[in-house]
Amino acid sequence: MSATADDLTAQAGPQERFEYVLRLADTSLIAGQRLAALLGHAPALEEDLALGNIALDLIGQARLLLALAGRIEARGRDEDALAFLRDAQEFRNVSLVEQPNGDFAQTIVRQCLLDAWQLEMYESLAGSRDLQLADIAQKAVKECRYHWRFSAGWLVRLGDGTDESRARVRSALDTLWRFTDELLTPDVLDARMAVCGIGPAPVLIRERWQTRVRATLAEGGLEWPRHQHYRWHGKRGEHTEHLGHLLAEMQALPRAYPGVTW
Amino acid sequence: MVSRTAAQAATIERQVWRTLETVMDPEIPVVNVVELGIIRQVRVGADGALRVGITPTYSGCPATEVITQMIRAALDQDGFADARLETMLWPAWSSEWLSESGRRKLEAFGIAVEGAGAGRLACPRCSSRRLERMSEYGSTPCKAHYRCLECLEPFDAFKCL
Repeated sequence: MSATADDLTAQAGPQERFEYVLRLADTSLIAGQRLAALLGHAPALEEDLALGNIALDLIGQARLLLALAGRIEARGRDEDALAFLRDAQEFRNVSLVEQPNGDFAQTIVRQCLLDAWQLEMYESLAGSRDLQLADIAQKAVKECRYHWRFSAGWLVRLGDGTDESRARVRSALDTLWRFTDELLTPDVLDARMAVCGIGPAPVLIRERWQTRVRATLAEGGLEWPRHQHYRWHGKRGEHTEHLGHLLAEMQALPRAYPGVTW
Repeated sequence: MVSRTAAQAATIERQVWRTLETVMDPEIPVVNVVELGIIRQVRVGADGALRVGITPTYSGCPATEVITQMIRAALDQDGFADARLETMLWPAWSSEWLSESGRRKLEAFGIAVEGAGAGRLACPRCSSRRLERMSEYGSTPCKAHYRCLECLEPFDAFKCL
């Protein structure tokens, strides 16, 4: 490795690394919390088990990532403190994952758009120069592969299904597509982490995500949705109204009874 | 901590492995944690400290915490209270880490194992290889859901990541 690259890594300060890991952690955590709300409500037993298991994987990834973020921050906050004692504007998840479950089509579309992104992100992060992040990514990417097989399989089936299922999946794509820009448009921090060899090159993620999603939409007979300019900034703590409601439920118990255990 | 000779260290490590073999998976009580392949290392370091490395099967496996507590209790009981339990994420677990005896016990318990060479997956009840995978998701994160097309019984399989 060249001396220049080493210098750049050394320049990635703890605050930047903390913020970056938090984005990944919060994205998994909020996506997991959303899916967990479907336990017992999915349309069939197999889907109930699948969504519940995906939720578990995502929350597991979030725990590992939050614990890492807490170690980087070095201010004594563990995974629980970070998950349960931050307010909405301190969360760094992409806005896509906080969107409501809606109908089954909306849940599947949200998951599919996320899975394609996480899969490419973790695939790249497995080679991160942050070795602790790389270890987590190597574990997570295996899980994301079969999450993707599930959600992409359903996207195709709904798109290629009945008039009703096609109409619903199209409507879900129209509703959620505006949140995909945030996944693919790098900000200063994304670019910094790429330069430091910690995060992947954003242009690579964009290309791979688009290739993956385009092929799946085509297989389901679905058009590439019209580009929508509006962009949210969950990555810097500017969220849609939905996150506050989700956190109110998720955090109620540990906030009402600090330090409670069972 | 007193320094130990290599022979002493090796003896302690062997004893610890034996202790670990008494800790059964809480969800699948026929296999122990060594057979499950989640013990990454047992090592007495140059400083005399005993370290036990544990890896989760899946990031979100809810049994991991219980398993860690059970390992802690077993080590305490057998006189290894000073052992340090460490989580090791790398190399990541897959069904390939299951031991041969673990695999046999799982099959006898009614849980097949994916990914042990093409075509090896068989119905744990009637041994038929005519199978249908119902879902990649099963009763726990580490299992998929199958149906035997011969005896028509559903069964779980440890999935291959």
